[in-house]
Amino acid sequence: MKYIVNFVHFWYDFIVGDDWTIAAAVVVALIATNLLVQAQIAAWWLLPIAVLGFLGFSVWRVARKNS
Amino acid sequence: MVSSSIFLVIASFLASAVEMVEALTIVLAAGVTRGWRSSLIGVGVALIALTAIIVLFGPALTFIPIDNLRLVIGTLLLIFGLQWLRKAILRASGYKALHDEEEIFKREAAAAQAQGQEVRLGLDWYAFTLCFKGVLLEGLEVAFIVVTFGAAQQQLGLAALGALAALVVVLIAGAVLHRPLSRVPENTLKYTVGLLLTSFGTFWAAEGAGVQWPGADIALLGLLALYTVCSLGYIQLLRRQRERHATLQTTGA
Repeated sequence: MKYIVNFVHFWYDFIVGDDWTIAAAVVVALIATNLLVQAQIAAWWLLPIAVLGFLGFSVWRVARKNS
Repeated sequence: MVSSSIFLVIASFLASAVEMVEALTIVLAAGVTRGWRSSLIGVGVALIALTAIIVLFGPALTFIPIDNLRLVIGTLLLIFGLQWLRKAILRASGYKALHDEEEIFKREAAAAQAQGQEVRLGLDWYAFTLCFKGVLLEGLEVAFIVVTFGAAQQQLGLAALGALAALVVVLIAGAVLHRPLSRVPENTLKYTVGLLLTSFGTFWAAEGAGVQWPGADIALLGLLALYTVCSLGYIQLLRRQRERHATLQTTGA
């Protein structure tokens, strides 16, 4: 059991890292993108804007915490 | 297609180089303090394990339908790339300490010297495991990038070539200098890799979610330019905020 927990922990740290909200936001943005595509609305702009938004929010949060 | 192939090799080369510089510091610390034989055997075993990972998982991924593959790999690369980019922005703006290879070398060398001599399988076990773990863990990021990039672009050979070129360059530099490569601008390299991973990740993940990019592959260049300009803007804003805060603290005191 310990090895499985360590294994999952390793991959979580490896892929997701310090800020899990970024990973969650990527998934939400992709779901929203797919919903727009299914509604036949051009959706190419959504993911880049979302990425820039939550990246900016993530670094701003660190800066505010350390100020 | 040619431009994305060039970016594929560059991303693979830079990501590999930066991780190998970090691995080299650990290997040098072990080699100089504990001897080279066990250290180099540790490196060799780790390289064999990493090659096995690439050879096993790389071709296996190519059997998955390309749209599903790009959605999964694009999402993983995007999350992974944003980690690199986020850390690079925080380092460049002074909110996170820069990686100091000289300091890490001193710390690792002191720790290696303090360890007792334990011989297993005819090897200095501390030197062997330190080098094996160091190279394997740093190399896993390389393997991840090579496998995912290669599979999503269906050019595993090109991605592996970039990594191999980095290995040769770092090995030669390490052998010639015989000390940590502290002059390598690690943060700039990590920032560049973060930008490339984030751009490719966005491109593939969105494609996997059904998006048609305007201009097809050319959109990759647009994403790269957009992310570069905006992240440089974030760095400037954070630097100013940090300076403003420092000034307020000084005048407050």
